[in-house]
Amino acid sequence: MSYGWPILSTVTFLPLVGALLIFALRGDDDSTARNARYIALWTTLITFAISLLLWRDFDPTTAKFQFVEERSWLGPINFHMGVDGISMPFLILTTLLMPITVLSTYGAIKTRVREFMIAFLILETLMLGVFCSLDLVMFYLFFEGGLIPMFLIIGIWGGTNRVYASFKFFLYTLAGSLLMLLAIMAMYWEAGTTNIPQLLAHDFPPQMQTWLWLAFFASFAVKLPMWPVHTWLPDAHVQAPTAGSVVLAGILLKLGGYGFLRFSIPMFPLASVDFAPLIYALSVIAVIYTSLVALAQEDMKKLIAYSSIAHMGFVTIGIFTLTMQGLQGGIFLMLSHGLVSAGLFLCVGVVYDRMHTHEISVFGGLVNRMPLYAAVFMIFTLANVGLPGTSGFIGEFLSLLGVFQVNTWVATLAATGVILSACYALWLYRRIIFGEITNPALKALQDLSLREVAVMVPLILLTIYFGFHPNPVLDVTATSVEALMADFKANLAAAEQAHLALAP
Amino acid sequence: MTEHLNLLPLLPELTLAVGAMALLMVGVGGRADARGELVLWLSVAVLVLAGVFVAMGEGTVTLFSGSFIVDPFARLLKILALIGAGVALIMSRDFWRNDGGVKFEYPVLLLFATTGMLMMISAFDLIALYVGLELQSLALYVVAAFKRDSARSSEAGLKYFVLGALSSGMLLYGASLIYGFTGSTEFSQIANAVQPSGTNLGLIFGLVFLLTGFAFKISAVPFHMWTPDVYEGAPTPVTAFFAAAPKIAAMALFVRVVISAFPAITDQWQQIVIFLSLASMGLGAFAAIGQTNIKRLMAYSSIGHMGFALVGLAAGTEQGVQGVIVYLAIYLVMTLGTFAVILSLRRNGKMVEDIDQLAGLSRTSPLMALALAILLFSLAGIPPLAGFFAKFYVFLAAIEAKLYLLAVIGVLLSVVGAFYYLRIVKIMYFDAPVEGFEPMPRLLAVVLGAAGLLIMFFFVYPSPLVAAAGTAAKSLF
Repeated sequence: MSYGWPILSTVTFLPLVGALLIFALRGDDDSTARNARYIALWTTLITFAISLLLWRDFDPTTAKFQFVEERSWLGPINFHMGVDGISMPFLILTTLLMPITVLSTYGAIKTRVREFMIAFLILETLMLGVFCSLDLVMFYLFFEGGLIPMFLIIGIWGGTNRVYASFKFFLYTLAGSLLMLLAIMAMYWEAGTTNIPQLLAHDFPPQMQTWLWLAFFASFAVKLPMWPVHTWLPDAHVQAPTAGSVVLAGILLKLGGYGFLRFSIPMFPLASVDFAPLIYALSVIAVIYTSLVALAQEDMKKLIAYSSIAHMGFVTIGIFTLTMQGLQGGIFLMLSHGLVSAGLFLCVGVVYDRMHTHEISVFGGLVNRMPLYAAVFMIFTLANVGLPGTSGFIGEFLSLLGVFQVNTWVATLAATGVILSACYALWLYRRIIFGEITNPALKALQDLSLREVAVMVPLILLTIYFGFHPNPVLDVTATSVEALMADFKANLAAAEQAHLALAP
Repeated sequence: MTEHLNLLPLLPELTLAVGAMALLMVGVGGRADARGELVLWLSVAVLVLAGVFVAMGEGTVTLFSGSFIVDPFARLLKILALIGAGVALIMSRDFWRNDGGVKFEYPVLLLFATTGMLMMISAFDLIALYVGLELQSLALYVVAAFKRDSARSSEAGLKYFVLGALSSGMLLYGASLIYGFTGSTEFSQIANAVQPSGTNLGLIFGLVFLLTGFAFKISAVPFHMWTPDVYEGAPTPVTAFFAAAPKIAAMALFVRVVISAFPAITDQWQQIVIFLSLASMGLGAFAAIGQTNIKRLMAYSSIGHMGFALVGLAAGTEQGVQGVIVYLAIYLVMTLGTFAVILSLRRNGKMVEDIDQLAGLSRTSPLMALALAILLFSLAGIPPLAGFFAKFYVFLAAIEAKLYLLAVIGVLLSVVGAFYYLRIVKIMYFDAPVEGFEPMPRLLAVVLGAAGLLIMFFFVYPSPLVAAAGTAAKSLF
């Protein structure tokens, strides 16, 4: 399917145009704030609408990259974009979450609205660029460029300890990605190109694969984040404004998982097999340890942040089973977590806007004042737990199914994480929602406004819809994942052959 | 001697030298308060003219029995040095105006220094090299102490002079050893005489002393001690000049000498360069963290950046030299832009140099803060800004040359370096505003705006610079 115009670039760079428009706004504070909000909302909505065209015209029967654009840019490095079944769902997730998040900021961001919207739209462009890039250097530009707007979002509009959180976020991620940059350079000298489709077909020598895999791992493990390099995430989440948390949990964390799927596994298959036990170990620790840590939290956002880390543990376990179910489950869980964690953070944002705190002890008995809110929060809590009938269940189930075929011990240990997630999530829900109102300040709380309902409804509908009917996503990813698996197996077989041939 | 001497390739240097002397004449005549500014603008015109002459050259020409060379490498770096000198000169106008008027000696001295730089860049002989270097240095010693009535400025000038003289002495000693052991001062003949097998200890001694002299000039660790003091003590426009043009000339000299004269013993000088590079990156990153004075911070920043540029040279390949050139060009723009901000930090008629005074700049002067933030993120090497591409090319060369350890340590040190640039962004954007600054002078605003836009949008069309640097690098091999 081809359009007369470069549709992927349009989707990617449209938010940037919106940002420039907002930058050009003049006038007094109130009117610029209002206009900035409108422009940001409409830009993200139009971007979403155009991305739906992509979704409609995407051909799920081929594993090839589609809507490809290529232009010469910097010597051997080309401007090269395209999507396949793995990147497509993430693209839509991003364009979907952005307008929702922008709408959610209407009540939360009151100062420097213009700058916030600019940073936010630039961030959208950079995130979309990560998923669309078919050139390694371009990928890197987008991947790391996202640090700047996020740094500012946390640092300017964040909570009291925002400076510490923003620096930690920035420096952690930067250190990881720079090692990946060196690996990218080494790959360039080895394969003579940074073109991703060509690199996917290139066989890197086994020794080199190990180092390259580790360098990429350094970057993705921080981004995902995996235990023990996860400590930046709780800080960043607690300090970030609601919209920042939503984007961080909903999209930015997925860049790491996407990176594993796009680079580590297909490009370094031998190393991936070798390192799979390491991933299992770290992921199982993450699942159990961070779930336990979540139980001890006094802050709603921190609790959800730890829960995110635990869920990302499921994702990495699923992906590195290197089975069809595990991979599909990992991808699905990432998408589902994108919706659910976004919903949870928005729920926290709702009470934060009213009470200006996310301490758990402040709340209690909210169901008496906010029945609608209690219902919404419940849906997201149950989806986070992985109740059948919500999207969370499908992802966790598939991941566990995958890992069960590979290693029952890992499956058993990981499954305890599901139980623990029920503990902390339901306990959180009980402490916030049920009981009597003891804090007099809560007596005057208003239930969800129309705008807040509008923010929540799409997420709720999708969470439940995918819980019953996951096929739209699974079908889109299936062919690409199958191709990934076939390619991976062929690579392994070839390496085995080579190994046998070398043996005396 | 009947052979006709073609002086055309020498035209830029002649223009500068003759122009500087003529302007000296203009300076002494006429009304005192107006002529300083007139000389300043005429000097800028002379620099532009020299730049045009440089750009008109073609191919590779050697003069004076091979001691002076004009090749694509020389041309590109001369243009960069001229841009650095010209912009630094323009930026100085408002500073001197507020300081009791432009003194005509200042632009003239800068012209002499620039003449020296161009000769350094084109030098293909140890003697020519030394003459160019000294012409540059002598003028720089004077401008460092240009504010005669300021103790700090005089101290900076003296310090710079003493240490500079020491380094010149070492360089000269090294040059004499090299001459003694190879029998020539001309680079191509040295290259012929140097044999990789059975390395000559005396020659290596000479090389070490020579490189020590260069390291002083580019302020690479451990020969960097003068930099923070001179940067802080010298009048700010002089600091801006020091951070830009002379660094480019000295680095060009460094590159040309090791690549053209000592290709046979690459593994010998490579070790030295790797050490200089690692030490500079490390010290630049860690020592800058504790600085409170923005000029001192820029001194450590420039030390660090020279370390990064040396990563490219350490590779010793064409790719590496290309990386160095790209790095220098981008560094030049970033430095000039940053100094445009520093020069406009003026409150109640006084210059402000304390970093904490930038607090809340994003509220009081949003555009200036935005431009400075872009420059700082770029200095930290964050994509998609130009500073990322600078680092990209030098590390690309290091990886090609299999200097993995250098590359890994280098990128990790750049994370440390990012911290102090981020700290300034934090002060400007996260902290509560203090009193605002006087409005930015128009000239500085233009320089800052241009630098910010160039750095911001470099990624849109990066190939001209990269291609030019590639051509220039090729001419050395």
